[in-house]
Amino acid sequence: MASRRVNQDLPVIARFEVRRRNYLAPDGSIQRPLPAFASDAKLLVTLYRSMVLLRLFDRKAVALQRTGRLGTYAVSLGQEAVSVGIASAMREEDVLLPSYRDNGALLWRGVKLEEILLFWGGDERGNQFSGPVHDFPFCVPVGSQAPHAAGVAYALKLRKQSRVAVCLFGDGATSKGDVYEAMNFAGVHKLPVVFVVTNNQWAISVPLRLQTACETLAQKAIAAGFTGEQVDGNDVVAVRAAAEEAIAAARDANSPRFIEAVTYRLGDHTTSDDAARYRSAEEVQARWKEEPIARLRAYLVAQKIWSKGDEEQLAAECHERVEAAAGRYLATAPRRPETMFDHLYADLPKVYAAQRRELAGDHDG
Amino acid sequence: MAEATLVEAINLALARAMQDDPDVVVLGEDVGVNGGVFRATAGLQKRFGAERVLDTPLAELLISGLCVGMAAQGLKPVGEIQFMGFIYPCLDQLVNHASRLRNRTQGRLTCPMVLRTPHGAGIRAPEHHSESTEAMLAHIPGLRVVMPSSPERAYGLLLAAIRDPDPVVFLEPTRLYRAAKGEVEDNGEALPLDVAFVLREGRDLTLISWGAMLKETMAAADALSTEGIAAEVIDLATLKPYDEDTVLGSVAKTGRCVIVHEAARTGGFGAEIAATIAERRLSSLLAPVTRVTGYDTIVPMARLEQYYMPSVERIVTAARKVCQFS
Ligand SMILES: Cc1ncc(C[n+]2csc(CCOP(=O)(O)OP(=O)(O)O)c2C)c(N)n1
Repeated sequence: MASRRVNQDLPVIARFEVRRRNYLAPDGSIQRPLPAFASDAKLLVTLYRSMVLLRLFDRKAVALQRTGRLGTYAVSLGQEAVSVGIASAMREEDVLLPSYRDNGALLWRGVKLEEILLFWGGDERGNQFSGPVHDFPFCVPVGSQAPHAAGVAYALKLRKQSRVAVCLFGDGATSKGDVYEAMNFAGVHKLPVVFVVTNNQWAISVPLRLQTACETLAQKAIAAGFTGEQVDGNDVVAVRAAAEEAIAAARDANSPRFIEAVTYRLGDHTTSDDAARYRSAEEVQARWKEEPIARLRAYLVAQKIWSKGDEEQLAAECHERVEAAAGRYLATAPRRPETMFDHLYADLPKVYAAQRRELAGDHDG
Repeated sequence: MAEATLVEAINLALARAMQDDPDVVVLGEDVGVNGGVFRATAGLQKRFGAERVLDTPLAELLISGLCVGMAAQGLKPVGEIQFMGFIYPCLDQLVNHASRLRNRTQGRLTCPMVLRTPHGAGIRAPEHHSESTEAMLAHIPGLRVVMPSSPERAYGLLLAAIRDPDPVVFLEPTRLYRAAKGEVEDNGEALPLDVAFVLREGRDLTLISWGAMLKETMAAADALSTEGIAAEVIDLATLKPYDEDTVLGSVAKTGRCVIVHEAARTGGFGAEIAATIAERRLSSLLAPVTRVTGYDTIVPMARLEQYYMPSVERIVTAARKVCQFS
């Protein structure tokens, strides 16, 4: 490129590099020595089970949407390793700030399946969830949760707490000033925060190459003054290892980190989207070969940690859990209309009491 | 009791709040060493340290978003936006997060933040420094919008805003920062939010305003009294939610109402008040509710801004007309 050739006689004053991490190849074989936690077979199986549960849950949610029993829903298909891998490296007391597609992270944090359905079914009680009380709800305005994460991290640091804010967003979000403003501030103040971009290649119909001219998204951390790393987002071992390291750096050294998890959205953007309009079946087909669940299963099977029988049992268990959760969701009675005024303010200002009564009256009448 | 300007009263309230509550944090551009471009935060960093009085990068969206994150963790952030013309990047955070965090999580998370900004024209400031778009903010459910019109109320209302468990946008009349002087007792006592202040009682006509325009409104009431017209003057003080009872009670008594604001007329907050009166007190009205406002133009730069803002004369003329209506 021309721009690289000019000014060659000038001295170089800074150089930067971006590293990429992966352990498991698409066929489940090992590419480099695995991180320490990977010797814990039970943990690997738990990660695997969570990803499978998430995939079946997604399928059920889409079925509910297609039959008019759920609102628009954002599937995680193909991206299960990212939110599960990241959340698995967090401690309960850390603070999660998720994007709308991070069901896997919420599930890992203890949010109930029926609570996630309630949210997508249009009921705020889904955000009053059983996860850690300080975790943020799904963020819908893209990238606007990044400044919250910086604010949370500032509070944690000010109070000298050993807690970390973990903020998830998509590749589209990295085009917004919000994300840069938050990262820049985190760099200036050395905050205990980890920003994670799930680079699934698409922001609805806009491909990554129209989102950025950068070779990696990880390098965006350089402008904010801290380390960015790229990780194979279809390799849950790599995602978790990167998250463990980043969260430890944030916790112990107040050093913010940025992780770019490269994955692929195998499904539609949401249930309202038809991805066939903007990308070819061949492209998607090719990416199925890299998906995270089959990859970890291949590894587990090769290690004799997992069997066909285990798989069948897991499928049955997940099916039962998902069906039971859907049943509980469908059986949840709607709130009374006037409850839309509840939690609007700590105490409802007197002037709105009449509006609230109006709603209550309509309902009774 | 000591005499203080409005900006000094703000400073006193901030210092008092920080001293009383270690969770109060002040943040914004130049609020630290420099003490804010209007000196509202002067001396705070020296007293409370750079961790609690922090100079942020130049990023308004960030300031408001940081406040949301801090508040959700139980801090009480008080963010400063240097001029109202720069508050617009914050709207995303105010509309989509601050104002609704409590409601969307059904009380699991709350957002006890304050965002302060100077408001209004009349200081011969550069472009984008004289805006008064309070109606835009007052339209947002879940928010509080508060505007003091005197040092005493600046002190008491800011303390109330900081102690309030919900997000408050606190608009400070720039024109009064130094022009308004009054007795302020630094006793840590808050004034009530959501309550209008009756600055002057009268039986013939109700004049309603807020912020800097109360200066002209009070002067108009003085002028009218020499003509034998006794005007009641209401300082709305909290625009969201606004004190309908005081407004309607006064109009029921006087039967006539003029609303004064320097913001542009169309969709201004005066329209809201006029509509409420029409809906609820039509039978008491002896004349149409009338507005004296800024024009539906961009706030002009210094040479014309005096023609943009309602003058005492415009208010008196409107009031006379309303009183003569039959
Ligand atoms: C600020 C904002 N603009 C537009 C939208 C509409 N929208 C929803 S998702 C989306 C694409 C986001 O892509 P990305 O950040 O890559 O996340 P992904 O959906 O791929 O997980 C858009 C444009 C939105 N929610 N928020």
